[in-house]
Amino acid sequence: MATLEIKNLHARVAEEDGEQILRGVDLEVKSGEIHALMGPNGSGKSTTSKIIAGHPAYEVTDGEILLHLEDDDFGDLEIPDDARTWNLLELEPNERAALGIFLGFQYPAEIEGVTMTNFLRTALNAKIDEREELLFGEDDEEEEEEAGYDTSPMEGNVDDGEVGVAEFQKLLKEKMELLDMDEKFMQRYLNAGFSGGEKKQNEVLQAAILEPSIAVLDEIDSGLDIDRLQDVSKGINALRDEQGTGILQITHYQRILEYVEPDHVHIMLDGKVVKSGDASLASDLEDKGYDWVREEVYEAA
Amino acid sequence: MSSDQDHLKETDTEARFEFKKEQKAAFVAEKGLTEETIRVISEDKDEPEWMLERRLRALKQYQKMPMPTDWPGQPDLSKVNVDEIVPYIRPDVEVRGGVDDWRDLPDDIKDTFDKLGIPEAEKNALSGVGAQYESEVVYQNMQERWEEKGVVFMNMDQAVQEHEDIVKEYFMTKCVPPSDNKFAALHGAIWSGGSFVYVPEDVTVEMPVQAYFRMNSEGMGQFEHTLIVAEKGSEVHYIEGCSAPKYSAFNLHSGGVEVFVGEDAHVQYSTVQNWSKNTYNLNTKRAIVEKGGRMEWISGSMGSKATMLYPASILKGRGASDNHITIAFAGEGQNIDTGAKVYHNAPETKSTIESKSISKDGGRTNYRGLVHIANGAKNSSTAVECDALMFDNESTSDTMPYMEINESTVDVAHEATVGKIGDEDIFYLQSRGLDDDDAKQMIVSGFIEPITEELPIEYAVELNRLVELEMEGSLG
Repeated sequence: MATLEIKNLHARVAEEDGEQILRGVDLEVKSGEIHALMGPNGSGKSTTSKIIAGHPAYEVTDGEILLHLEDDDFGDLEIPDDARTWNLLELEPNERAALGIFLGFQYPAEIEGVTMTNFLRTALNAKIDEREELLFGEDDEEEEEEAGYDTSPMEGNVDDGEVGVAEFQKLLKEKMELLDMDEKFMQRYLNAGFSGGEKKQNEVLQAAILEPSIAVLDEIDSGLDIDRLQDVSKGINALRDEQGTGILQITHYQRILEYVEPDHVHIMLDGKVVKSGDASLASDLEDKGYDWVREEVYEAA
Repeated sequence: MSSDQDHLKETDTEARFEFKKEQKAAFVAEKGLTEETIRVISEDKDEPEWMLERRLRALKQYQKMPMPTDWPGQPDLSKVNVDEIVPYIRPDVEVRGGVDDWRDLPDDIKDTFDKLGIPEAEKNALSGVGAQYESEVVYQNMQERWEEKGVVFMNMDQAVQEHEDIVKEYFMTKCVPPSDNKFAALHGAIWSGGSFVYVPEDVTVEMPVQAYFRMNSEGMGQFEHTLIVAEKGSEVHYIEGCSAPKYSAFNLHSGGVEVFVGEDAHVQYSTVQNWSKNTYNLNTKRAIVEKGGRMEWISGSMGSKATMLYPASILKGRGASDNHITIAFAGEGQNIDTGAKVYHNAPETKSTIESKSISKDGGRTNYRGLVHIANGAKNSSTAVECDALMFDNESTSDTMPYMEINESTVDVAHEATVGKIGDEDIFYLQSRGLDDDDAKQMIVSGFIEPITEELPIEYAVELNRLVELEMEGSLG
């Protein structure tokens, strides 16, 4: 079981006189748990998610983000004792991904000319390679030299990596059926020309393929109609139920929480998590609004 | 996807282009360009009198014409001193005009082409291969079944002897006259080697024919001439590849290409250029397309210090069409100035031009194009799209798409984009597990995908490899 532990996280925009956005975030998410992170615009929710993934636009000024791993996190892979706790802030974004961190983007990038199949298989294999290297310090020089395409760029390199083309196609097909996604997506370019809803579905699909320990989903519910919301919710529940992924779901709305029931709800205000509770906190919030939280928090202070 | 491509994995692309061979030649001309040099070359080739006259006429034109210096953003040609280059080197091979078995070549030359993977490619995917080393074609072969159908694929020098009538009619007369530009004139004076392709009426050459041009000696010039005549209803795909090892002195490549596309014929001309970064690559390529014919130019320009290349199609007959796909990659110290020219001289002619360029580490790419639609070319259409991708703020890219439209009933579309590689795009891919280099590489290979998609598989592979190699310098 993996645990993501955020302690006293302070961060600002990484430029001269960059605005201080996070002022001491504390949060802990374990595999298999579903957390909802709520809060008004500008409270620092999205920033928190980007910093977890390693976005270069922010500078952490204090605090830490740790990832604790246990033996069952990567299937049968035995994790060496000295590789069980990681300071994410010292790692590159792709290294964090390799250790099981996933960020579902609010606005996923559109990459022209790169098919879904090629992208996802490359990412999956890169993740597996990088993970081996981080855990066991293996640097596979030979494979590096083999970089390049030996098949059509549409398919990617046939021999590159652990998961071959045929095996991957099967995996992808399975996951797409689960999410009720059309097979034709496989040959489309990554997010290019996707509708808002398709992009969000695609984020969940990617998480299903990459099997992260912890998935941070930034407003995955925004811009979804009710049918798509149900598909996406089904996908998120499956991440937890079938892969044991821990979910940190950032949302403005109670609506998605009806489909993806959180074990824990946290409320952020002004760069801090100010209140945590169970699912009922979300419905209280829906009834009373953020002013209620603000009053409670600042009166108590 | 198949074992056919296994051989491609086994060769290290970088080593394949970078190696040098000791220079061994049977005949080396004096440096520089004089009437005497040209007479010597012509005599060494045992050419008919008319060819010598054409050469000498071209020389006079060359001497009169000024260097192009006033094009906005053009590569600096001030270092191109023709008097410093060796214009003609005949490699030391026994059979003039090229052998038809690789084993008959001297070991060092055979080894060169082995490293470049040409004999392997020939076995697997080509109808015929020509290979030029320095100034002469050293290997030439075509599958017998094409020969039986009357297809000719031979080196240009030999064609002057064996197909004199055709060559005399088409060679630098109506398509690329030496008066076209200074380097066409230079080419006309000292051309050597290259290919002659003749496809008879209604013959479709199913697999591509390929010519490979290799400069091995320091400070030399290579001036091969390619003449393709595709008769009515015929079809052929010609591929050329180029490379040279890097030396401190500059090399000059100034090829000439003339293509005659007959009625309803279809010619595709693909180039992957990977000259060393000390090569000036200044070519003139042009096609004349008859009624209902189709010309396709596909070019990948990766190497060279400076390239100036604007393949042109003259759409002469009703319903003739053109398709240009170009990709340029400029790294540190490179100025890749490429583009396309299309003349719509008849009604219902159609052209599409797609250009993609990538610049990094202070490199410069230009798209310089001209679409001319003549008065009377009714119901013609053209679509031009140019996209440029820059890696950093030091790199430059300019787009100069000139249009001259003298007819009103035409359809003209033009789009251009210039952008820096997106940090958010890179972060997105990184967050999925790709490292910084791989993320950039994936974005670039996606950017050029519309082009690689058009190429035969071996060339798509090669092009992607070359792009990866070019990028490795700046990344990591």
